[in-house]
Amino acid sequence: MFDWKWDFVWEIMPRLLVATGNTLLAAGAGYAIAIVLGLVFALAQRGPSRLLAFVVRELVEFIRSTPLLLQVFFVFFVGPQFGIRLSPWTSGMIAIGLHYACYLSEVYRGGIESVPRGQWEASTALNMSTIQTYRRVIIPQAIPSSLTGMGNYLVGIFKDTPMLSVIGVAELVHTANAIGSEHYRFLEPLTLVGLIFLAISLPAAGLIRLLEGYVRRKLGM
Amino acid sequence: MTQSFDHPLEITGTPPPMVSFRNVCKAYGSLVVLDNLNLDINAGEMVSIIGPSGSGKTTVLRMLMTLEQINGGVIYVDGKPLTHMPKHGKLVPANQRHLRQRRVDIGMCFQHFNLFPHMTALENCMEGPVQVLGMRKPEARARCEELLEMVGMIDKKDQHPSRLSGGQQQRVAIARALAMRPKVMLFDEVTSALDPEVIGEVTEVIRKLVSEHNLTMLMVTHQMGFARDISDRVCFFYGGKIEEQGPPSQIFGNPERERTQQFLSAVREAI
Ligand SMILES: Nc1ncnc2c1ncn2[C@@H]1O[C@H](COP(=O)(O)OP(=O)(O)O)[C@@H](O)[C@H]1O
Ligand SMILES: [Mg+2]
Repeated sequence: MFDWKWDFVWEIMPRLLVATGNTLLAAGAGYAIAIVLGLVFALAQRGPSRLLAFVVRELVEFIRSTPLLLQVFFVFFVGPQFGIRLSPWTSGMIAIGLHYACYLSEVYRGGIESVPRGQWEASTALNMSTIQTYRRVIIPQAIPSSLTGMGNYLVGIFKDTPMLSVIGVAELVHTANAIGSEHYRFLEPLTLVGLIFLAISLPAAGLIRLLEGYVRRKLGM
Repeated sequence: MTQSFDHPLEITGTPPPMVSFRNVCKAYGSLVVLDNLNLDINAGEMVSIIGPSGSGKTTVLRMLMTLEQINGGVIYVDGKPLTHMPKHGKLVPANQRHLRQRRVDIGMCFQHFNLFPHMTALENCMEGPVQVLGMRKPEARARCEELLEMVGMIDKKDQHPSRLSGGQQQRVAIARALAMRPKVMLFDEVTSALDPEVIGEVTEVIRKLVSEHNLTMLMVTHQMGFARDISDRVCFFYGGKIEEQGPPSQIFGNPERERTQQFLSAVREAI
């Protein structure tokens, strides 16, 4: 049988719960950055400046084709060589936010392109500006078709937060690892971390489906 | 294509034509769609455009709505250039700012309605007045409810387009365009996508506009009977040019050009 120790479980639980909070915070903050920055990237690629569109396109491609772990290291360890000294948290949020912004920008682009051309023409016929057209007509219609992708990446960013453990962000895996090294016992902390991830991911996926349906109805689709 | 004509900075005349196409050219790559088009439309006039598919009818309206740029010539609205703006005593292609200033005079209804699906009928109508004209909401609502009443859609004002039939959607689209108080209204085959039994409810609205409002209208249509009834003038398009134009009695009763005759007899046979 396993050598599972319940009293050890209760002993380490408070630390793991704090770490859960950190994981959720990292995922939430990273996602908030990604959602906004992703939209900026998507719009920049469709904007009037060819040069900007090209630069952003290449940046997005570059970030999407290199590992997140490398980007995390890069921001944290290479930054200081250029005099940019950032805390683990700040570096982590920049790296993960930027990484997921690139994925989300592709989701938005797909959503925006799925809006029929006639919607642009009707907006022009009402003499709306480009910004008004995006804000009032195009983006509200791009949201429903973007929701699935956005939801998947929310769960994705949550599961990728352990990448930040390598630069010392005290999220779940980092904490479990620390507990394990202190007590020479890894079974309980790592198992618990797995269960915590599962306990959050599964309901979150369900909630996202519900939210999708709600937003679609709300927008009259 | 890049023929240079000397176009005036303004069209004078009392009153000037409401719309004036002067030597307008449009091409997609090597495909010439509008070939040196000249067309004047007077204030309050109802002009119908008929012609075979691909003859450039929709393109005429799209250019006037400034949905795309023309490749040559100038379009004037109310005597002032629309597609161009004066600079150092010459006309240069219009920038976005000029287009937004001049486009207010024109409204358009599309074959596929193009209502905003995430807004109710009333919200669709209020969008332009509130967002673009900066009108206060109560005032915009009053104006739009009046218009929805006029097109017979007031009892469906809180429905989203997906809950409306094609004819109902098109009537909302007409109200939406009118809410901007345009001087010129463009209709691009507004009944072509409709089931036969609801075509009448849309043509009735257009009839009402003709008889009760002093709008200038340009209408592309395949309904020859309707065009004959309500138009002041009919233009027959062929290959990006006006092949023949005149009062409906002439075009439908006694067309001079062979292509017009052929087109009309082909249309009659199809019925
Ligand atoms: N965006 C476009 N790109 C290329 N060709 C186009 C485009 N829009 C229209 N055309 C072509 O221009 C011609 C005229 O089109 P259109 O004005 O829509 O004709 P109509 O409304 O009389 O049927 C057609 O041959 C059509 O294929
Ligand atoms: Mg057409």
